[in-house]
Amino acid sequence: MSDTTTRRVVEASNRQQGDHPSGDNRFELVDKHLKRARYEQDQLIETLHVAQDVFGYLSEDILIYVARALRLPPSMVYGVATFYHLFTFEPPGDHSCTVCTGTACFVKGADAIVQGVSDAYSVPTGETSADGSLTLKTARCLGSCGLAPVVVLDGSVLSHQNAESTLELVGTAVGGEG
Amino acid sequence: MRERQPAVNVSFDGVEYEGLLGESVLECARRNGVAIPSLCFLEGLTVWGGCRICVVEVAEGHRLRPACATQVAADMEIKIETPRLRAYRKSVLELLFAEGNHVCAVCVSNGNCELQDMAVHCGMDHVRYDYQSPAREVDASHPKYVFDPNRCILCTRCVRVCDEIEGAHVWDIRHRGQQAELITEMNKPWGESLSCTWCGKCVAVCPTGSLAYQGSAIGEMEHDPVMIKRLAVARNRGEWLDPKGVS
Repeated sequence: MSDTTTRRVVEASNRQQGDHPSGDNRFELVDKHLKRARYEQDQLIETLHVAQDVFGYLSEDILIYVARALRLPPSMVYGVATFYHLFTFEPPGDHSCTVCTGTACFVKGADAIVQGVSDAYSVPTGETSADGSLTLKTARCLGSCGLAPVVVLDGSVLSHQNAESTLELVGTAVGGEG
Repeated sequence: MRERQPAVNVSFDGVEYEGLLGESVLECARRNGVAIPSLCFLEGLTVWGGCRICVVEVAEGHRLRPACATQVAADMEIKIETPRLRAYRKSVLELLFAEGNHVCAVCVSNGNCELQDMAVHCGMDHVRYDYQSPAREVDASHPKYVFDPNRCILCTRCVRVCDEIEGAHVWDIRHRGQQAELITEMNKPWGESLSCTWCGKCVAVCPTGSLAYQGSAIGEMEHDPVMIKRLAVARNRGEWLDPKGVS
């Protein structure tokens, strides 16, 4: 989530007047996009991106909301959303750690990093730890192979990592929250 | 009456026929009584081009093209029965059989199945690939129909008929590649679907025993895909409109 979106989400959540009928003011941000898109049906993917940006993931309610707003069949919205890997349907953890497993990073020992984080936080790849603090993901290639092995922690790119250094940084990020 | 399109010469396996510009190779072949095997294609629905059974060789470059999604052109030399195409069709069928759980002996459509007929037609008597044997649950929640994803070949006939003819769009495909699956609404049981009108067109068009009537026993289920052609033709002619033109 970008800083601007975070600010908007916080603003919308705090606003008292003009409450969204759903009881969740974050839907106002989705509405704003829908209006700008003139409720065109071909704006489905864009709208899903906005909704995921705002809510962090796409729940069934959100998908139904988008389907109704764009007058699209729910099965089509569900089908489109599940087709693309960038959409997630589970709430993400407070922190995200993405390890690149592309060729260069793999050669430089990316699997050791994945294994290290996975063992330390008992979180399988692609899932969120039981306490919801950390989501561990892998990426195919981030395109910055000169920095291999690359880890992306909460949106910031970390270069030349190994299992120890990654665990230390992840520990700081997760621990810093308290 | 349909307006007559300009005619061109085409040849199927060396025999010359008349093709009409704007029609597909498959339509042209069927009109002239030439058989091209196909699975996902159904007259009255839009072209999907997903099963790849109807691939033909077009002389230039020997590129394989789906007959249903390729338009007729002047002096097209189309090959249907070549050793390469026979082998190709067979592998496609084998992949379809390996991907799902197609057990004819216990299937409601045994004997009335387009997939089975196609396997017999193409001489596919064994599968060279490893069976995937996916674990898929049967959805019998609908009061009238049963959906068995084990027998689904993802031809999307049901998706198209529900969207284009019935206008409900209950069905769709989720995920992609090997994980692709047929779903109703938000991946909810079919019986809970609010948009399903119980019209049964999806059941009528299913080429396999994946969609069937509740209570069908082995070999009892007979589909009626030609019904869609009748519906589509009648709709195009406007046969349900007020004859006085008030509609």
